[in-house]
Amino acid sequence: MRCGDFKEDYIKDEEIFQSYFVKFWLTLFFIFLIIFPFIANYYMLYVANMIGFAIIGAIGLNLLTGFTGQISLGHAAFIGVGAYTSAIMITRLGFSFWLSLPFAGLVAALAGMIIGIPSLRVKGLYLCIATLAAQFIFEFIFVHWESMTKGITGIHIPPPRISSLEFTTEKEFYWITLFFVVLGVGYARNLVRSKMGRAFVAIRDRDLAAEIIGINLFRYKLSAFAIGSFYAGIAGALWVSFLKVVTPDHFPLFLSIQYLAMIIVGGMGSILGSIFGAIFMTLIPELLSYLSEIVKIYAPGNEEIFVPMKGVIFGLLIVLFLLFEPLGLAEIWNRIKSFFRLWPFSY
Amino acid sequence: MGNKEEYQLRVEDIHLAFGGLQALDGVSTGIKKGEIFSIIGPNGAGKTCLLNCINHFYHPEKGKIIFEGQDITYLKPHRIASLGIARTFQNVELFAHMTVLDNIKLGGHINMKSGFISGGIYYGKTRNEEMAFRKHVEEDIIDLLEIEQIRKSIVHSLPYGLQKRVELARALAIKPKILLLDEPATGMNLEETEDIARFILDINEEWEVTIILIEHDMGVVMDISDRVCVLDFGIKIAEGAPEEIRHNEHVIKAYLGEEDLTYSRLGA
Repeated sequence: MRCGDFKEDYIKDEEIFQSYFVKFWLTLFFIFLIIFPFIANYYMLYVANMIGFAIIGAIGLNLLTGFTGQISLGHAAFIGVGAYTSAIMITRLGFSFWLSLPFAGLVAALAGMIIGIPSLRVKGLYLCIATLAAQFIFEFIFVHWESMTKGITGIHIPPPRISSLEFTTEKEFYWITLFFVVLGVGYARNLVRSKMGRAFVAIRDRDLAAEIIGINLFRYKLSAFAIGSFYAGIAGALWVSFLKVVTPDHFPLFLSIQYLAMIIVGGMGSILGSIFGAIFMTLIPELLSYLSEIVKIYAPGNEEIFVPMKGVIFGLLIVLFLLFEPLGLAEIWNRIKSFFRLWPFSY
Repeated sequence: MGNKEEYQLRVEDIHLAFGGLQALDGVSTGIKKGEIFSIIGPNGAGKTCLLNCINHFYHPEKGKIIFEGQDITYLKPHRIASLGIARTFQNVELFAHMTVLDNIKLGGHINMKSGFISGGIYYGKTRNEEMAFRKHVEEDIIDLLEIEQIRKSIVHSLPYGLQKRVELARALAIKPKILLLDEPATGMNLEETEDIARFILDINEEWEVTIILIEHDMGVVMDISDRVCVLDFGIKIAEGAPEEIRHNEHVIKAYLGEEDLTYSRLGA
């Protein structure tokens, strides 16, 4: 606890942002987010958008895996379900992008709930395999249900619009992304401090004890799958509208693993961790291609090794974080904060 | 056994077997509203098995469990909890990575209404509910069990005695009608044991909660129980007021087989 920071009622004690100091920095950060598109170039805005989609997806997976403890290797499939739902509704049924978004989330949530049914019976590794099956089933459907998904040629999606205002460029889409990221983060952060979030963590920590205090395991596990997949669906729908095209190649198993890496590196069971993880894991591939550009200039012929190293580095990061920092970047952040809180008298 | 209607919880002819081992062999008993009912017996007598049957962790092969006139034999554990049957365990079953406060709040799960929409919006309905509940937790439960100083600590960092108290607090947050306590004083020194006995009496009197207690500490059992039930090898061998149990021949035989030694252990 910060020195001299006394709470006088329960509402103050349960606030997310505990001090004026935090609120001040947060406001500055928001101002930065708002002026960011005016000072950044298109490449930076492209990366910012990708980070935004990753944050939404990672929060979904973190609610499911980090908070509820139900490991899922099918997250990319749920992102895909959301993406295809949105794409098909826009192109075939003439829905607007905005109206297709909630449906993308709901259809993905439904898919998640169906895949989540085995979770009542199986845990850990076995559930992992069951969700892996989901990943392959949905990938197969995306490729082979050609009358609906147009197979590997994919579907082209018109950009979102509000009357005459079109969101085509990275800069315009940034506002949509920012809006949904703020909404998603706020919702998740509130959820985990209310009844439902506590029940999720209870199931993760000790399902026997959770049942004894009256938590309906089946209902809450399925809810976790539904909410996690809803986030995935929204992330998918936003992502493909940004790319303006959706193909089955967008949702490989590697994407599921990438999302798992995000929450492991960022911090399981922490909303802030999902954000850190999403930023970190989105920046790494960009950093690698940047490195290969530099190498191309100074040591031509060696630049090929960097981009394929993505997988190696992801794997290495997962292992290193599990070994040395199981609570992820969020814990490192907490340590830095408490260091400066006590500095220079660290006792 | 008297009139069947007077019992709040009735256990009728429970049979439970693990393979060839008959853990409970036709146990019947009844617990009256507002009493402290102790179950004692040597190790392996089937005391915890009986509680696990009431919670439906175990499925008895035969027999019925009736709570306030309702047959709960086949209800799921979480449904039984929502009827107001709370429980603590022999080996503490807390959520080890959460704070004490969050653990206790989880006990209030069945009494809170916020769902995934109001919970995610938080401000308004959910916050009012959370704050009202927090006040109840702080001012009734934490204060009663004297654990103010540890409320923000992570549970797994606490000593065993305090963890047992936190588990009791979590069970209280359910607002139970019946509280099943499985060896609440195990591994405690004299002072802590006395604290726990005092808490049990307080809960029983102030909250008007019926208590079913399994305990090996005969001092506690004989002091605070209204009635005592003795199990041995899955069979009920005696039931009655502490004073009767103390001098019951079967009980003495079950415990040690030798009269003089048993007297010293049962404190007669």
